[in-house]
Amino acid sequence: MTLEFITDLIFWIGAIAFIWGLRLLSSPDSARRGNIIAGVGMGLAILSAIFQPLGSVSNNYPWIIGAMLVGGIIGWISARKVQMTAMPQMVSIFNGLGGACAVVLASAELYYFYEGQTALGMGELLILYLALLIGAVAFTGSMLAFAKLQGLVNDRKVTLPYHNIINMAMLLLLLSLTVYALLQGKDFGFEMSMLILLIGLVYGFSFVAPIGGADMPVVISLLNSFSGLSAAAAGFAYDSRIMIVGGILVGAAGTILTVLMCDAMNRSLLNVLIGGFGGSGKSGAGRAAGDQVAKEVSISDAAIQLFYSNSVVIVPGYGLAVAQAQMVVKELDNLLEANGVDVKYGIHPVAGRMPGHMNVLLAEADIPYPKLLDLEAANEALAQADIAVVIGANDVVNPAAENDPSSPIYGMPVLQVWKAKNVIVLKRSMNPGYAGIQNPLFFMDNTRMLFGDAKDSLNKLVAEVKNL
Amino acid sequence: MEAIAQFFESNLEMIYLLSFTILLGFEVISKVPTVLHTPLMSGANAISGVVIIGAILLMRRAAADDYLTLSLGFIGIVLGMINVMGGFAVTDRMLEMFKKKKKKA
Repeated sequence: MTLEFITDLIFWIGAIAFIWGLRLLSSPDSARRGNIIAGVGMGLAILSAIFQPLGSVSNNYPWIIGAMLVGGIIGWISARKVQMTAMPQMVSIFNGLGGACAVVLASAELYYFYEGQTALGMGELLILYLALLIGAVAFTGSMLAFAKLQGLVNDRKVTLPYHNIINMAMLLLLLSLTVYALLQGKDFGFEMSMLILLIGLVYGFSFVAPIGGADMPVVISLLNSFSGLSAAAAGFAYDSRIMIVGGILVGAAGTILTVLMCDAMNRSLLNVLIGGFGGSGKSGAGRAAGDQVAKEVSISDAAIQLFYSNSVVIVPGYGLAVAQAQMVVKELDNLLEANGVDVKYGIHPVAGRMPGHMNVLLAEADIPYPKLLDLEAANEALAQADIAVVIGANDVVNPAAENDPSSPIYGMPVLQVWKAKNVIVLKRSMNPGYAGIQNPLFFMDNTRMLFGDAKDSLNKLVAEVKNL
Repeated sequence: MEAIAQFFESNLEMIYLLSFTILLGFEVISKVPTVLHTPLMSGANAISGVVIIGAILLMRRAAADDYLTLSLGFIGIVLGMINVMGGFAVTDRMLEMFKKKKKKA
């Protein structure tokens, strides 16, 4: 058996492992195994790439091992250290670095081409430019998405007037420059290709800039699919089937996820990309309020209501995540359950900052799976519930989405908490939520506000319930 | 038309691979329940780190004294490796919690 046969066989096994791993990721029982299988596939592919026969090359193994150790250690430590609440940002960073890797590869290959060391046909050149540009957009886009989720930049501060027109112009410029580069061939020159890269990097930044608020998960998912596509393009350039298969699989995954998320918000992808709310959704903000007054509830009243009710539906949002309050929620849940209260959780598909974000957080607090209801089941439960407890959620429980056509989120499916007999809203202040929209829920007759940090309020509630 | 026919004929294997992979990706992924979307995104993101293979090949082919390529390859491998290692580790951390849940339930 030749070495080439063995490495080709292992590459093939690696590609199968990617597909099989993704398949197993589709069920809670097998998901962890799926991730491990995909990871093993990746390990095999990397080994194969290290040992595959390439003819007489200098290999530079010490460099390769060194770089793998540096990257591996950084990746491992950041993955272990990151807070569960900061998970979306972390995924965004990792994703951006993958895009950056494709940019580095494409730049190197373009350099050889323009320096005359390699000869490329127009198709091959096109592939390199695709890897370069898609990778560039995935890189800077993901970095800005990280900065926004981390709260380092404010949505509105990075948006220019006529931003969508500027973006469109930049995209057209990029496309025409690339076509020109393909037609010019070698005469175009390496410096010019780097100019294209620079515009691509700026475009990635500018592309994400007007998108904000609840739309962030959609963007990360889309950028994830971009970095997959750039990896696949690089795979064509390196004639590596496993890169092509892996990259395309991720491209498909990101696309499907993006579409599912848009569906959950009842909006089109285009609408999200040109900055539906976050950036420009000011129309519905600011009004309401006026002479309306939200009614407050005291901790002890809230505790008594909860303790003597029959059924409670808790609706968690990003505020719960920020306050790290999932453990306290579990404690309150236990106390109420001990008194025969039926406690369920209503999970909006886009609650938190990513789909499934809330499920991950609640799972961390050991809240049993069957208690988590999806949108439809939660709305049925809410109609029967005595009390709905909204913890740090806002836009996903906004009745304006159903009854106010002028609201920027009109048409988005929401959790109908107002159908419960009583609603208790735990909230820091009366400020509007991430999307910047006023919420009429807070002024409804059956709604009571409990102001303060979510964890703080919950701790007090737990103490009160214990005293009853 | 002639050119398209020729392109199609000479890249037949690649066209099959591409279209099957795309369909497979859609099919495998569209069955994932909402609760697993975040881990799935994270896992898929780790797989996109497969781009590191290209960086390894770039590095192996570089001449031992071609420091420009060696540096580029080094950066490429570091970036790709962070993506791969961090991606799988972070996904495992998320899924670990789901598993604990299942045992008790």
